[in-house]
Amino acid sequence: MDAHPPHAVTPLSFYEATARQRVRGLFDPGSVTEILPPQQRVISPHLAALGLPTAFDDGVMIGHARLEGRTVLFASEEPDFMGGSVGEVHGAKLTGLLLRAARDKPDAVVLLLDTGGVRLHEANAGLIAISEIQRAVFDARSAGVVVIVVCAGRNGCYGGLGIVARGCDHIVMTEEGRHSVSGPEVIESQKGVEEFDATDRALVWRTMGGKHRYLIGEADAFALDSMEDLRRAVAAFFDKPVALNLETVRLEHQALERRLQRFGTALDATDIWAGLGVRDTVGLPMLDKDDFVSMADALRERSDA
Amino acid sequence: MPEVMSLCDKLFPDGHDVNAEGDLVRGTGTTPQGPVAVIGTRNHAGIGVDLAFALATEVLQVVERFPKRPILMLVDTQGQQLSRRDELLGNGGYLAHLAKCFEVARLQGHLLLSLVYGEAVSGGYLALGMIADRAYALTDAHIRVMALPAMSRITQIPIEELQELCRTSAIFGPGVDNYQRLGAVEDVWAGDLAAALVKALRAPADGDRRAQLGAERGGRVHAERVIAAVLAAP
Repeated sequence: MDAHPPHAVTPLSFYEATARQRVRGLFDPGSVTEILPPQQRVISPHLAALGLPTAFDDGVMIGHARLEGRTVLFASEEPDFMGGSVGEVHGAKLTGLLLRAARDKPDAVVLLLDTGGVRLHEANAGLIAISEIQRAVFDARSAGVVVIVVCAGRNGCYGGLGIVARGCDHIVMTEEGRHSVSGPEVIESQKGVEEFDATDRALVWRTMGGKHRYLIGEADAFALDSMEDLRRAVAAFFDKPVALNLETVRLEHQALERRLQRFGTALDATDIWAGLGVRDTVGLPMLDKDDFVSMADALRERSDA
Repeated sequence: MPEVMSLCDKLFPDGHDVNAEGDLVRGTGTTPQGPVAVIGTRNHAGIGVDLAFALATEVLQVVERFPKRPILMLVDTQGQQLSRRDELLGNGGYLAHLAKCFEVARLQGHLLLSLVYGEAVSGGYLALGMIADRAYALTDAHIRVMALPAMSRITQIPIEELQELCRTSAIFGPGVDNYQRLGAVEDVWAGDLAAALVKALRAPADGDRRAQLGAERGGRVHAERVIAAVLAAP
């Protein structure tokens, strides 16, 4: 587990890092305290019953820390353990963290999600856990705590947690991050390669990737795949909780209706980008972050206005 | 598995004006406890951006026009709509919006109940059904993440082994009974559905008790303990 000494070099890329390297790279040095650390051996009993490998943190590190001096509760999913998937214990750690946030009111909750969704080996318990996480997100938000998701990892953010992520206050994405409910492989296996060719990486990227999500208002901030830029993007959402009330859901309702009206017949992301007013849709993937954000901010849709 | 109109006739013997348009079901039922708003789906609908939006429209209308009126979700969904178009437009945002509308209804004092009368699967059930204060199901309804053969294929665990595990654990296999043992389904309704609904309407909302119920019923004993441990940690 945390075999790296404190002075170990932290990778600059969030995408390539492990869950623990991400925590070390994002939060203030020396500020991290893990809750239910690996030494406590809180593992999945169901994987053990199937004779499968377990992890001493069940694939998610949770705890409290500081980010630019502010108090946060955090969770960081391990991309390399069962695809960041949610089982009973993994999910209960996230639910407990969010209920703790509702009680203790830190300055923010930061969720580093990197997941395919429900862990099929614990299918029912995983799905129920995700519903409990969703309720607990709403509890934290109702307590006034801002819940910030970082979607920038190798597995993307899929399945039920893809829905949960959009129930949080803000999503920070990178170009490499992907966000959706059904993943490319799932759509292809159920509906055929004509519906979605999961091997077409460019199609996956422009349908579910960070630039598209930022342009249509499914993501709220766009950052570089670096610890420094992601830290800055997360910190920008301190003190910016989105109230969960009739007024805000009405605004979102109008925004989502507008999206259906403007783009409901689009066949491809490039049609949507052109409809937004992007002049060079072919060149959009090549734009660097600053050029992309300044262009996008002038024409992107938002879900909250 | 009943057709949704005959189901409503049984739920609301004093009358209802529930109607269906495409996969969307909505209306109002009369009960001894007062009027109940009905919002749901039929035809094992896949919930994509259009249906999620239509459902959310219904929720907001109930909240705006009929403050504190209880809402009964009638669930028949094969899950989130699996399509390129729905993901292109951001189905996550639409499904989450539906869940947020229900949450706002809850915060405004609407009791939220759900009844699975057909199928309830994964992402569709998350946004329509599991978000309720209390979830119920008919005995012949189907709740699942994935059928066992598909689960066997993806996890590469032999189906015989999965079937054997299903005999001792509620974690793996589909089924209303499993979801009840896990605490996600409060109760299974059979017989007098109108009486079951009245009983459900009389009990006030009481937070999310599913982890506690799962532990009490012995189907899901770790979640409650882990949540408590996270809350108690220094």
